[in-house]
This record gives sequence, C-alpha cells and structure tokens, in this order.
Amino acid sequence: MGWETWFIVTLSRTLAYGTPLLLATLGEIYTERSGVLNLGVEGMMIMGAYAAFSTAYTTGSPWLGIVAGALVGGAFSLIHAFASITLKANQVISGLSLTMLGLGLSGVLGRGWEGRPLPASIPEITAPGLSKIPFLGPILFEGQNLIVYFSILLVVVMWYILYRTRIGIAVRAVGENPAAADSLGISVNKVRYLCTIVGGILAGMAGGYLSVAYRPAWTEGMTGGMGWIVIALTIFAFWNPAIGMLGAYLFAALYHLSFRLQPWVSPELLKAMPYAFAIIVLIAISRGTLHKKMGAPAALTLPYSRGEE
Amino acid sequence: MKKPSLFRVERRPVVPGHVVVLVSILAIFAALVAAGIFFEAYGISAIRAYQLIAKGALGSKLGLAETVRRAIPLLLCGVGLTIAFRALFWNIGAEGQLLLGAVAAAGVALFSGLPDVLLLPAMFIAGFLAGALWGLIPAVLKARLGINDVITTLMMNYIAIYLVEWLIHGPWRGPSMRGFAYTDKFPSAAILPTISWTRIHWPTLLLGLVVAVLAYVLIARTRAGFEIRVVGENPEAARFAGISAFKTTLLVMIISGGLAGLAGVGEVAGIHRMLLGPTRISMGYGYTAIIVAWLARRNPLAVIVTSLLFGIIMSGGDVIRVSLGLPFQVINLFNGLILFFLIGSELLMHYRISFSFRRQ
Amino acid sequence: MKRFPGVVASDGVNLGVRQGEIHCLLGENGAGKTTLMRILYGFYQPDSGEILLSGKPVKISSPSVALAHRIGMIHQHFRLASTLSVEENVILGVDEGMGPFLRLGKTRKRIAAITEEYGLSVDPKAKVWQLSVGQQQRVEIIKALYREADILIMDEPTSVLTPQEVDQLFTTLRILVDDGLTIIFITHKLDEVMQVSDRVTVLRQGKLVATLPTSQTDKPSLARLMVGREVVFRLEKNPPQQGEKLLEVDRLHTLSDRGLPALRDVSFEVYGGEILSVAGVSGNGQTELAEVLTGLRKATSGRILLGGKDITNRSAREITDDGVAHVPAERIKMGTVSNMSVRENLILKDYRHPPFCRGIFLNYKKAEANAQRAMAEYQIAAPSDSSAAKLLSGGNIQRMVLARELSGKPRLIVAVHPTYGLDVGATEQVRQVLLRQRERGAAILLISEDLEEVMELSDRILVMFSGRVMGILDAEEAETGEIGLMMAGGRREGVRR
Repeated sequence: MGWETWFIVTLSRTLAYGTPLLLATLGEIYTERSGVLNLGVEGMMIMGAYAAFSTAYTTGSPWLGIVAGALVGGAFSLIHAFASITLKANQVISGLSLTMLGLGLSGVLGRGWEGRPLPASIPEITAPGLSKIPFLGPILFEGQNLIVYFSILLVVVMWYILYRTRIGIAVRAVGENPAAADSLGISVNKVRYLCTIVGGILAGMAGGYLSVAYRPAWTEGMTGGMGWIVIALTIFAFWNPAIGMLGAYLFAALYHLSFRLQPWVSPELLKAMPYAFAIIVLIAISRGTLHKKMGAPAALTLPYSRGEE
Repeated sequence: MKKPSLFRVERRPVVPGHVVVLVSILAIFAALVAAGIFFEAYGISAIRAYQLIAKGALGSKLGLAETVRRAIPLLLCGVGLTIAFRALFWNIGAEGQLLLGAVAAAGVALFSGLPDVLLLPAMFIAGFLAGALWGLIPAVLKARLGINDVITTLMMNYIAIYLVEWLIHGPWRGPSMRGFAYTDKFPSAAILPTISWTRIHWPTLLLGLVVAVLAYVLIARTRAGFEIRVVGENPEAARFAGISAFKTTLLVMIISGGLAGLAGVGEVAGIHRMLLGPTRISMGYGYTAIIVAWLARRNPLAVIVTSLLFGIIMSGGDVIRVSLGLPFQVINLFNGLILFFLIGSELLMHYRISFSFRRQ
Repeated sequence: MKRFPGVVASDGVNLGVRQGEIHCLLGENGAGKTTLMRILYGFYQPDSGEILLSGKPVKISSPSVALAHRIGMIHQHFRLASTLSVEENVILGVDEGMGPFLRLGKTRKRIAAITEEYGLSVDPKAKVWQLSVGQQQRVEIIKALYREADILIMDEPTSVLTPQEVDQLFTTLRILVDDGLTIIFITHKLDEVMQVSDRVTVLRQGKLVATLPTSQTDKPSLARLMVGREVVFRLEKNPPQQGEKLLEVDRLHTLSDRGLPALRDVSFEVYGGEILSVAGVSGNGQTELAEVLTGLRKATSGRILLGGKDITNRSAREITDDGVAHVPAERIKMGTVSNMSVRENLILKDYRHPPFCRGIFLNYKKAEANAQRAMAEYQIAAPSDSSAAKLLSGGNIQRMVLARELSGKPRLIVAVHPTYGLDVGATEQVRQVLLRQRERGAAILLISEDLEEVMELSDRILVMFSGRVMGILDAEEAETGEIGLMMAGGRREGVRR
C-alpha cells in the first residue's frame, strides 16, 4: 500500500469514526455551555443506539432508526434535566445514574436483538465527479454517508448560533452568570432544559449512527466508553464547536492509527489506547495559559435559584 | 400576590438523622416500584421478580451467603469512596482500582515465590499498593494540573480492564488452562479460607468491618479527618487555614484506591483463585460502590448496612438473571433507578411541610 | 411635579415615588431596602399589598414583567456575564423583532447614541472582564437605557467607586432625571442622600420610618431615623502608643489571578499598637496585599519582615504560627466552613496544636470548652456550639471569625473589610475589638473601602491605586478630599515614610 492510499484510508476512516464523537460532543458543548454537566452521555448514546437499531430493524428504515435514536436520547436526557435543574440534585451523581440506567435499560431491552442482521443500513454514498478530486475526493466523497456531512454542517450551524445569535448569547450568559440572564427576563431553567435536551438528541443520534451506520448491529454495551471520551473532548474543545470538530477527528485518527499498530502491539493494549489518549490530551491542554482564559462556563454544575447569591 | 394557604413548605437548614433514613428508604422503595413498572411493561411479573429476588438473596442460607459475599467488595470499595467523597474527590475509578488490586495479588500469588506464610499478607499489601497507585494518578493530575477527576478515574477503569485482558491473553496466560484466557490457579497458600460451604472469604469480610470502623474514626476523630472534611466542604477555607489540598487529595486517594485494591485481592484470592476476565472479577462493584457510599451519606459506618443492601440487589439480580433470562445489565437498571430517586429525594429532605393558617 | 409612577405597599411599607425624582431609600444593612426593591423588580412576590404604576395596579411576577413596565435595576453585584462582550450583555434578552438573529449594526448605533448622550463611554466590543468596575457600572446603566427604562433602581451603586467616580455618576444621574427618568437610589450613606436625592425614605427593620424632602432634613436627623437612637459619630480612641516595628514590607510585587501585576513596588511599615488603614477603591491590589501578607499568594519580588524575620512566601500555616491573624474579606467563603460546627470552625487553624489535639487525634472536649469560652467572650449567638456555622447570622459569623483569629494573641492582624455588611451593633463591636487589640500592642493592618471607618479607626492611612502606594497620611491631618484624589491615582509628595 502506497503512502497516499494509506493516508486516504486513514483520513476516510477518521471521518467515519469521528462522526459519532463529533455529534455527541456538539451536544455536550451546548449542555455545558448552559451550565449543566451531563455525565450521562454514555447512557444516552447506548439508548440511542438501541432505539435506532430496533426501530430500523422493525421498520426497515435506517433513517427512521436515526430519528428514533435522537428522540430517545432527547427523552432520556430529560431525566437528568429534571434531576439537576428542577430538583437541583448533584449533577455528577445524576449523570452517572443516567449512564447506569441507560446501560441497564438497553441491556435488558436489547436482550433479544443481539446478533440479528439489519435489513438495511444507512447507505454509503459516492459523489460522482467530486470523488475524482485527487486525494481529497476519496476521503471526503467516497464511501461516506449523509450523517457525516450532516454533522459537519451542524458544526457550522451550532457555532453560528452560539456566537452570532441571540440564542447563543442567552445560552452563554446562562452558563456564565445565570443571575444576570434571569434579571433580564431570560428563563434560566428553560434555556438549561433546552440545551440538555439538545445534548440528549445529539448523543442519541450518535448512538444511532453506531448501530445503523458505522457497524450496523446491536451489541450490549456497544458504545464501550465512547460517551466518556465525549466528556473529555468537550473540555479539550474549550466548549467551542469548531475546536470540538478538530478534537473529534484528532481523536478518531489516533484511534484508527492505534489499530494500524496491530501487527506489533497486542490488541488488548491497543483497545486501552483511546482512554490513555484522553488523559494525555487533558494533561497537554491543562498546561497552557489558554486554559485559564477559556475555562469552563463559570456556572457549570451550579444549580440556580433566584435570590441566592 | 400569594394566597394564604393551609400548609407551607419551609426549608430546613439542618436535616435530622431520622428524616435522612426515612427519606432514603422511601427513595429505594420508589426506585423498586419504578423498576417493577418497567418489568410489568416488559412482560415480566414484577411481583414474581421481587419474590425471586427476596427468596434468592435472603430466603435461603445459600442466598444469604451469596448476599454477604457480594457485600464484601462493596463494603471495602464503599468505605474508600466515602473518604474520597468527603474530600469532594469524585473517584469513579474504584472499578479499575479493584482490578489493579486483583492483578497485584495474582502477580504475588503466582510469581513471587514467597514462603507460604507470607504469601497472603504480601498479596493484601501488594493489592493495596496497586489500587492506591491507580488512584494516585488521577489524584496528582487533579491536585497539580486541575484535571477533572471524574474523567481521569473513569478512563483509568478502561485502561485497567484492558490491562487485565492483556495479561490473561498474553504474558500471564496459564499454561495449564488449555487455551482459556485465565492465569494458572493460585497455590493453596494464596487462597483465602471461606466459611464452610459458603463463598464468604471471612478474612476479607473482617478486614472490611475493621476498615469501616477505622475510617469512621479517621473522619470523625483525627486531625487528618478534620483536614479531609475542611477540604471537601470548603477548599477556600482549607487554603485559608493552611491545609494542603494536595496532600489531602493524595491521602484520600491512597486510602480510597487502596481499599478498592483490597477488594480486588479478596475477589481473586477468595472466590476465583486465579486472575480471569475483568467482567468476571468485578461485576461492576466499583460503580455500585458509588451508590453504596452515597446512600450511606458518606458515613463509613453506614456503609456496612448499605453494602449489604446492594449485596441483596446483586445476588438477587443473579437469581432473576438466571431464572428470568435477563442480562447482567439488569443490576445497572436497579442501580441507576435507586441513585436517581436518592438524589431526587435529597431536595425533599431539606423541606418541611407545616400545616398552619399563619401568614408571613 | 406629576403624581406618579409607583406606590409600593408591602409588609406595611408604603412607598411613593414621583416621576423625575431621585428618591433615596435609606437604611442600614438588613433594613429591608433590597428586599423591597427586589419585590418591585419581580424577584420576590409580596405576600400582600400591591404595586401601582402611574396609578394603575400592576402585578410584577418576574423580572421580564418588570422590564416590560420599563423598570430597570442595577444590582449591587453587577449582573454581567464576564466572558461576553459589552454589546452582547446589552442586547441580552432584548427582542428586536428579528427572531434569533442579531442586528449588530443597529445595536452599535443605539449604544453609541446612548453613550454619547449621557457620557457613558465604554468600548462595546470589549469583554466585560477586561473592564474596570466603574466601566462595568456604565454597562449596567447602558443596559437599562437600551431597554428604555423609565424607572431605574440602583442598589448601593457607589460602594465600588472612587469619590471622583461617584461625582461623575451623580452628574449622569442628574442628566437622566432631567430627561424624565425616575431613579430609586438605595444606600446607607448619609452624605450621598444629602448630595443626590430629591426625597428620601428611611427604612428600619423592614418598616418605613419616614419619607421626607431632602431639603427639609439633615444628616443627624436622618441618622436618628435610620438607627432609631442617637448615633455616636466618634469612637473613643486613646492616643497611639507606638511600639516596635512589627511589619516591614519592602518593594513588594505580586500578580493577580489573571497574571497581571497586582502589587507594584509596595513598601510600608506597621508598628505595634497602631492601626494602619489601607484605603482604596476595590480592585486596586488590596485583596492581593492581604493574601501575600498571609501566605495565600506568592510575591514575585520584594520582602516581608515580621518582627525582623523574613516571612516572604512562607506558607499560610507558618505565617499563622508566627503570630499573624487574618480576618478575610470573604468571611463565609473563606473564613468559615458552613457545614461544620461552630466548635470546629473555632479551631480551624489551631486544630493541630495542643490542647486541641493529642497526637493524631482531635480533642473534642477541649474544643468544646474553647467554644463555650469564645461564645461568651465575643457574644456569639448560636443555638449551641455543635450547630452548623451556616445557621449563624452575618454578624455572628464575623464574631466567630474574630474569636478564632484573635485567640492566639497575634502580633499582626490583617483585617479586610471587617464590618462590611454588618448591622450597627456588630459593626461597633468589631471596631471595639480592633481597638482593644491595638491597646494590647498588636499591629493592625485594616483594609477597608469605607472611608468613614478608615478615618475613625486608623492612626495612619495608606492609599492604594493600581497596585501602588499613593502615599501614607497621618490620620489626624488627613482629609477625605485628598484621600479621594489619591484613590483616583493622584500621588501625594513628601509624605512617604
């Protein structure tokens, strides 16, 4: 295999594997920007994956599956929203329970679905003409699916909303100083609920991508800790969708590269690599001065009640 | 303009102990009801499921013994977590720390060549140290670089899992195991005694009970415990009082990780008698212990009770897994629900409803 | 003058405000001023009573309703999102008929018009955290004007400003009122009432005491109304008994949390038996000074000598053991552990010394005896010594902090805003305690933004601006005007010692 082919394959797989990471990271960025830490990403993803697979299997439509994944992820995030926003419960613990609940529920519900073949998965498409562009063509326009492009479009849209619209200003203000937003008539709870739901929808969609597009199958616990990597990526991204995209692809590339080391390193150790990467990445960014200026939203994990300062 | 009402909801600044117990029991009950509704919806009779759980976990000598056996690692991990949580260190990594303890114990048992008398003590010491080391890494990263403890402890779990996988598939695979991914069986001197026909490895149980008492004394009666509480309650005040958050964080994670490591030693030396697949060494003890510690309100003595409670759920879960054909993830369903109702009820505890015609 | 906009009746308080006036709401901390205003702004709901706007009853159920009625509020602690830009803060929550989209061009024009008309210059693209406190306040005013507020409620707006900035603010307020705005100005400072208001309402313990035209009253009678008794304006203070030089600070430099220079070339000395006050507008290095002296922040250069011993960059613990007490500005956030008992809070620093510990164990019997003694001596009102500190009132928390900090008979006491937010009784007690320590021979460094307090208590006054010492004055000869100029950056020549 020549170097060029090697790069093309690597980058093309990076795009494919980075997509679920990207989708869920975008969601978590919005959630955290509004001041809510949702550690339940893993649980929402696995629920999304289960819902997408079972729906796609039953209806025969993988697209309906993705929609179902998104809806179930969004609905699932409501539990966390209710606990942490309305009941003002500890967000760390609430997020953990969401993950446990997701793994438990999907495990029980998905019992009969393992090993079944999906009649149709999200098709890979090749854009005629565009795929002929040297180097970039085969990476971007060959064998990718529509969700990959959708997620890239989403980066642009979500970046624009966050930094260039009234909605984004409100979201950032709520995460930074909820009292300020409240005193200007913005409903802190409403913004936080919506952002948490957006996070759930995207995590569910990411899970759906895994079970009906990336590797169309359902296995118990198939997200395998990806949700935690998303949490790490959100920090890596400094809560910025554009950097989030960079992070998701960087991570996916490292992940993919670790498989290329198979001939030399044992597969078990290679499987541990993404998690080690995540820690190393967090160490790397913790050192810069950048981290101080672009720190976490000031009100992250803090419930808001009017009149308490 | 509020109308005067018959009852008023008041916030109470301090929640009395009996309210905590009562509300916690109600929360668990509510979670079980919610799980029951789920079972019904899923086509399983909830009453039958709970009957099976009660009978399986409490109704027979064997069931009781299994409950206690499950409670041992939960007790050790849970006590450690109460201490970490006291210092507001989110140790979600007891699972990995437990596995490292198991690895160290297996290493000593199989390869150290120590005389028989020293073997078990050496395994416990090695297990404690390995768990502590695994806990120290996130501790240093948080205390020195401010890196989020939840994420690092979690990542360390996955790394521990694959480390065990690698050992049993690779360098430590037992030649006598005919190609299975296990290490060899431990020599008999490296195996913990159990209570007659049960799987209760009593030395670990005893250790757990002693540790619970010691941890309580540590928190409530010592200088170090005072420092741990100040750091957890108000890090700024700790800084102000000259208490080193760095040393305190390291200390709690040595204890927390070390105790989880001991739990791992108990599992391999008392139950499995070899190192095997990570999901078989620990069925999520490290995660369940989080709920154990939280339900105990971070009180090490209360962990004795709460670990037993989750022992029931785990051994009961085993029973319905077999008889109703459910996956082992069903335990996570219980865990998640209980945890949710628990934190949900916390707000409730802080309010008192009083009936009166008074107006403010 | 038209009879007008608002009548608030709440908890027996009947407040009438006329259009186009500056109406001061005067009262001590805790007199209910802020609560009353929060009701008006929709943060709290009244249990009974009603609010009339221009004679019509209105129900203000939330801040957005208040905004719709063109009521704007400027809180004591600014409500600004610090990582957002000025213009983002200004348009936050304003509906400009474009749905979610911004019309930044138009927004900027409007902001420019407002800033020009009222002389509120500030860069609209700057991030809020980059602005000075005075500029941040201007952003708050611009925010209210951008929403076309008719009524502006200002809660203690001068507490963070220099005397010059205060004058500037008052000028702005006059222009606003001349334009037809109504301003409700909450304060506890008598001078400001006399200087700025048309009418004044005095509140005491949640009840309205009187509403008077400012021209028909004077400071002493307002003070009497406010406190309910004759106020002693002067504390009994013995002449200084200057002892040995206890603290010597030599060319000290340090950085702020953001890594910017916070102290530049700071040098001064404090002697036993004297109170040296540090006056200045908040954010000019006072907090950092207290932290460097008590070991909570590293000096980048310079030396600190305590009784001749170099304690520069020693740990907080070593410095405490050397006899330095610290009464922190954040008495709750830093000085106490809210969920721990009064008993434990009282040994927060001494827990590792006998008699409070035996080896690795704590001695709770001794801690309890200590708590009983301290509670009696400092009149700390608490249900018991085992109740959580969070159950105590602000004044009692400060008494508890003082009891702890002064228990070891410290040589040097660094007290930061020790009476901020306390009621008259507690304030007086805290001041008396500091004076007693002075009599005892302790060196006291008092950091305060309350000029009145500074003038009353100190023997010498050090004025800081932008991390530098602008001069050190003898308290007997110092005048408020001069201190004000120095607080704004005017250096006084020849007085440095």
